[in-house]
Amino acid sequence: MEFSTSPYLLKDTSVRRVMTQVLLALVPGIVAYALLIGPGILAQIAIATLTALAAEAAMLRLRDKPLALFLGDGSAVVTAWLVAITFPPVAPWWLTVVGVLFAIVVAKHLYGGLGQNPFNPAMIAFAVCIVSFPALMSQWPGPGSHLAPAQQLDWIFGLAPRLDGMTSATPLDALKTALRADEGHSGPLPFLAGNAQAVIALCYLAGGLFLVWRKIITWHIPTAFLGAMGLLAGLLWLWQPAGFANPVFHLLGGGAMLGAFFIATDPVSGATTPRGKLIFAAGVGLLAYIIRVFGGYPDGIAFAVLIMNICVPLIDMYTQPKVFGMKDQ
Amino acid sequence: MISHYLFIVIGAVLVNNVVLVKILGLCPFMGVSKKLETAFGMGAATTFVLTVATGASYIIDHYLLMPFGLEYLRTLSFIVTIAAIVQLTEMVIQKTSPVLHQVLGIYLPLITTNCAVLGVPLLNVANHYDFVESLLFGMGSAVGFSLVLVLFAGIRERIEGADVPVHFRGVAIAMVTAGLMSLAFMGFSGLDKYQ
Repeated sequence: MEFSTSPYLLKDTSVRRVMTQVLLALVPGIVAYALLIGPGILAQIAIATLTALAAEAAMLRLRDKPLALFLGDGSAVVTAWLVAITFPPVAPWWLTVVGVLFAIVVAKHLYGGLGQNPFNPAMIAFAVCIVSFPALMSQWPGPGSHLAPAQQLDWIFGLAPRLDGMTSATPLDALKTALRADEGHSGPLPFLAGNAQAVIALCYLAGGLFLVWRKIITWHIPTAFLGAMGLLAGLLWLWQPAGFANPVFHLLGGGAMLGAFFIATDPVSGATTPRGKLIFAAGVGLLAYIIRVFGGYPDGIAFAVLIMNICVPLIDMYTQPKVFGMKDQ
Repeated sequence: MISHYLFIVIGAVLVNNVVLVKILGLCPFMGVSKKLETAFGMGAATTFVLTVATGASYIIDHYLLMPFGLEYLRTLSFIVTIAAIVQLTEMVIQKTSPVLHQVLGIYLPLITTNCAVLGVPLLNVANHYDFVESLLFGMGSAVGFSLVLVLFAGIRERIEGADVPVHFRGVAIAMVTAGLMSLAFMGFSGLDKYQ
């Protein structure tokens, strides 16, 4: 008879396994994206992944860390994919490279690498690029415009001139402009390239539910995020139906689904206690709504996540669960 | 009218945060943010002094400098006013509440050299704010200062335990963090312009 000592973990809970499942959960959304909007996204993912791995390898070498162990854990690839997905699919290649480099080098490795960064690297990339290159970061394939696959690739690699007529602001941005001009909105709400955006959002939702089922993420963050955003959107919509879009539009539009299941759930930069997670995610949902509706940027997910990242140390400190058996102080 | 005042406060706390957007008062922001406790103390002391200082400098500007055409003495007289208020506050607190003095004591003299405390009254003049607006802007800026100071202290306590590259330890990574916080606060831009 053989005996072994603890821990008696039967499951493989390595970073690599977690990251692989996150990547797997992103696949349906990416496939829908590529089919409905165009193959530009696939090129972006390739560019971002290569840049991320190169930057990660360079930083690990500079710091004399084991190359194979950290390169193979997949965390850099997840960051790269999130950057690629959140950037416009027709963004020039160097924009993605700049974003990914900033995410890996500054937001991740200056703080000591995996597990120690206070800010979400992918959202730092998005914020840096939208602040520095606002025009390029807001050119999305317009509703109804069918950019041929070859044309998308030409734009990404700068082989053809970019034509303004083929792109437009995101639906969120267009809606904001219309509402501010007192036009009100009527009829069906616009989604990116027809209804493609809503379909993609539902694919992310499916991927996210897969992660919850696999226990990679807990229910707290997505529920609090979507609940808070939906509640605020619903209240304002009930108050002034002509002045605000309905909650379904807000939950399926922009980056809400992606943000709720894949971005705000980052275990490193997000809150870690159960109550802390609820507060953190509700804060992200509310801030994202406020910034996208009342603020100056097309979508608020990235900034909302970063702002709540700043609050995480305090949230964690004040929501520490009681140790079992201890009395209140 | 109320919404106008509300926008001034939101603008001062978040959108034009005195530290992260206007980049004023970096010395206490870097200097007193190593521990949460000191950050809380510094924040409370600064909030009090800054609010009183904006009111006092408004009165001095409008009833002393302007009637006699002495606007060119503005910076000088504001500095003297702030220094006097800080000293007076310290003496009053020492006499009336030794406990509070123990908490705020060492931070009060430091506030004299906080450029945000001089910057905010000067911004009030540049923005042509009236007395109430000046007070609200001063209080909002001070609350914004305290808010980011405390949040920054929380992050710095956490970074202390991180495996930061040797060359970036200490002030360097704190500066990078302040920059990234400033980036996050850019998300608030436009919120005070919404009608």
